[in-house]
Amino acid sequence: MKTHQFEVIVIGAGGAGLMAGLYASKTAKTAIITKLYPTRSHTGTAQGGIGAALGSEEEDHPEWHTYDTVKGSDYLGDQDAIEFMCSEAVQAVYELEHMGLPFDRTPEGKISQRPFGGHTNNVTGKPVKRACHAADRTGHMILQTLYQQCMKNNVNFFDEFQVVDLLMVNGAAAGVVAMELATGEMHVFHAKSVIFATGGHGRIWEITSNAYAFTGDGPAVAMRRGLPLEDMEFFQFHPTGIYKLGILITEGVRGEGGILINGKGERFMEKYAPKVKDLASRDVISRAIYMEIREGRGVNGQNYVYLDVRPESVNRYAALDGRTNLDGSPVNLTGEQILAKLPDIVDFCRVYLGVDPVTQLMPIQPTAHYAMGGIPTNKYGETLLDENNTTVPGFYAAGECACVSVHGANRLGTNSLLDLVVFGKHAGLRAAEFAKGNDFQPLPDNPTGFAQAQFDRIRHADGKENAFDIGRTMKKVMFDDMGIFRSGKGMQNALNVVRELKERYKHVSVTDDGTIFNMELMNVWELGNLLDLAEVTTVSALARTESRGGHSREDYPDRDDKNWLKHSLAWVRDNGKIDLKYKPVVITKFEPKVRTY
Amino acid sequence: MEVTIKIFRYNPEKDKKPSFKTYKLEAPETDRVLDLLEKVKGYQDGTLSFRRSCAHGICGSDAMRINGFNRLACKTLVRDTGAKITVEPILGLRVIKDLIVDMEPFFEHYRSIKPWLINDDPEPEKERYQSPDQRALFDDTTKCILCACCTTSCPSFWGSEKYVGPAAIVAAHRFIFDSRDKAASERLKILNDLWGIHRCHTVFNCTMACPREIQVTKAIGEVKMALTLGKLD
Repeated sequence: MKTHQFEVIVIGAGGAGLMAGLYASKTAKTAIITKLYPTRSHTGTAQGGIGAALGSEEEDHPEWHTYDTVKGSDYLGDQDAIEFMCSEAVQAVYELEHMGLPFDRTPEGKISQRPFGGHTNNVTGKPVKRACHAADRTGHMILQTLYQQCMKNNVNFFDEFQVVDLLMVNGAAAGVVAMELATGEMHVFHAKSVIFATGGHGRIWEITSNAYAFTGDGPAVAMRRGLPLEDMEFFQFHPTGIYKLGILITEGVRGEGGILINGKGERFMEKYAPKVKDLASRDVISRAIYMEIREGRGVNGQNYVYLDVRPESVNRYAALDGRTNLDGSPVNLTGEQILAKLPDIVDFCRVYLGVDPVTQLMPIQPTAHYAMGGIPTNKYGETLLDENNTTVPGFYAAGECACVSVHGANRLGTNSLLDLVVFGKHAGLRAAEFAKGNDFQPLPDNPTGFAQAQFDRIRHADGKENAFDIGRTMKKVMFDDMGIFRSGKGMQNALNVVRELKERYKHVSVTDDGTIFNMELMNVWELGNLLDLAEVTTVSALARTESRGGHSREDYPDRDDKNWLKHSLAWVRDNGKIDLKYKPVVITKFEPKVRTY
Repeated sequence: MEVTIKIFRYNPEKDKKPSFKTYKLEAPETDRVLDLLEKVKGYQDGTLSFRRSCAHGICGSDAMRINGFNRLACKTLVRDTGAKITVEPILGLRVIKDLIVDMEPFFEHYRSIKPWLINDDPEPEKERYQSPDQRALFDDTTKCILCACCTTSCPSFWGSEKYVGPAAIVAAHRFIFDSRDKAASERLKILNDLWGIHRCHTVFNCTMACPREIQVTKAIGEVKMALTLGKLD
């Protein structure tokens, strides 16, 4: 066992972790610990853009961005935090530009922006250009730029160290325990402040846009230490994943004028969102696709529809919708321009489908994409212990693993990158400030004991069960019964299956008894995290007897503000029982009203 | 179809020297080589070790040598490889275990060219302006995902890992040709070293290996030209 001491420890090196590390390291001795090389983080796969009301090309205001985000969240987002994020957005994007991020440019050299789902001109209700982009690799450029800035500023990194436990002493954070993948050795990181920026847990579902690494390690570790998880029933299904593979096809495709087509060749979003059509919120579009499929209008009776970005279609529908270029001239996009705006999308389709989107239709289906829920925090990244918003001294969270909540029941596209940058920064600043004003907590006796026991149980299980089978069964039942449409019966089935799998997991097999890069052992530990989070997600969802945003119940089809305009908090008790409590939503300016697009 | 996959295996805790092991499995031709590795690991040999994350060619974790060519396992389909597949670690870096190599020398070269924007002018209130034409000059080299496919396909790098390598030059290109950056001459000086850009003999392996289809050799050529003509400052 090795022990290290830093004032601030950041776990995770995606957008939120790097931003937190960058800001904390300005005043405090800081290290970033990551299970991957930083540039492998999932932020890199974000495509379409980061939202900010710059108004580069047309009128826009942070207040409009705020309202759109509140409405997108189906009124479950906390309005004080949303207003904070949207007003910080403009400066955050300029800061990224100053750091060197190569945004695409307008003819006059400003940051170029494109329309995205749910982002509107609040006067006309029409889509507004708010997504600042670098082709369809905006996340890649954010990740690279922030990593470069961390190198420039000599931030300490511990690459390929898997964090497996959070140390809490006297009710405050005291550090973390991490396994060095290259040696299998446990390391203790003694810290005054700990920031979790560990990302999402979309690997619970069968069809997913999420990386293998997205196993919810941070929330699972925090939960085992008695902390609650907030709004876990809300998970976003992105409407356009590549059929069967789930690989993300950015909303930017529709931002550039692409449209959804059913098996009969009809555009169908006009029926579900007459005003903004193919640029409605993600939950609305995912449900519409499922409704089309259920009514037999999938392609060839299968579970998919088409996304069409062929220039002739884009131009035709733009004319039909009355959309023009900003100077009033008709939209006349060419294949070359589509390739320039969406090069990675074109590449994915060619490689994985053998389809060329410039001349052919893309087969798509909704794909598990983003966790709205997670470790509860306030807008400064401070984690919260209970329904009274009591903070946990020294413990912070930011990015997808956190729930501020700015996304509520449904996140708007482009707001995840914004969330990372804004709340990563503030968590870093707060954590450093806390470290300056407080001493280290003492390390507990045997700091690695709790984590070591988990690995011992895995290594010494009787080996009757195959981890891949357990994982596959979980993913399938979660996709079938805990997906876009849910029902009490289906969710109960999912819960039964997940609990059965948790029993089987106690007998899981690990054949690799080595210490060097024992990825089998690590993957099995990650599977345990996914199972724990699948259970909490399902229990939280079963309790919520309404439909809101990403949580859509056939047995309770309506939103119920009277009883359910509140956040859920779930605790796993020592006996394995899950307790639920609730806390109110913060409403400042926008009273809930019926949500239509 | 039935696929035969021959995989380089080495576990320093157990093996005196590396060997190949062969596995047979059923796989549709739309499977990625990464899917095959996952299936082998899941059902035939749990000890098989490799890096992976995003599984669609963006994170750059799973560069390996597939049928003799540097590829990302997640971006190479059975359709492309055929039913007989050989998988080895990328060359020129120390093998740690199975398909996992020591990437540190690669990242050291990357860091050596100072891959961050250098501009000490006071920051404007809003964005620095840059025309679409200025932005286009370095568009291609911003696509790099640091997977190391290029550098570890380069004979000069195989000759000596002291060579800075194509990936680091691509990173330098991305800043040298960015109108907002002020340190082109500093980077060119770094690349003008004995182990720098002159070790490139225009073999084009890097260009062929790049999973992001970056015109690596062209980018290196532009940097060489800038160095020769000293045009940037």
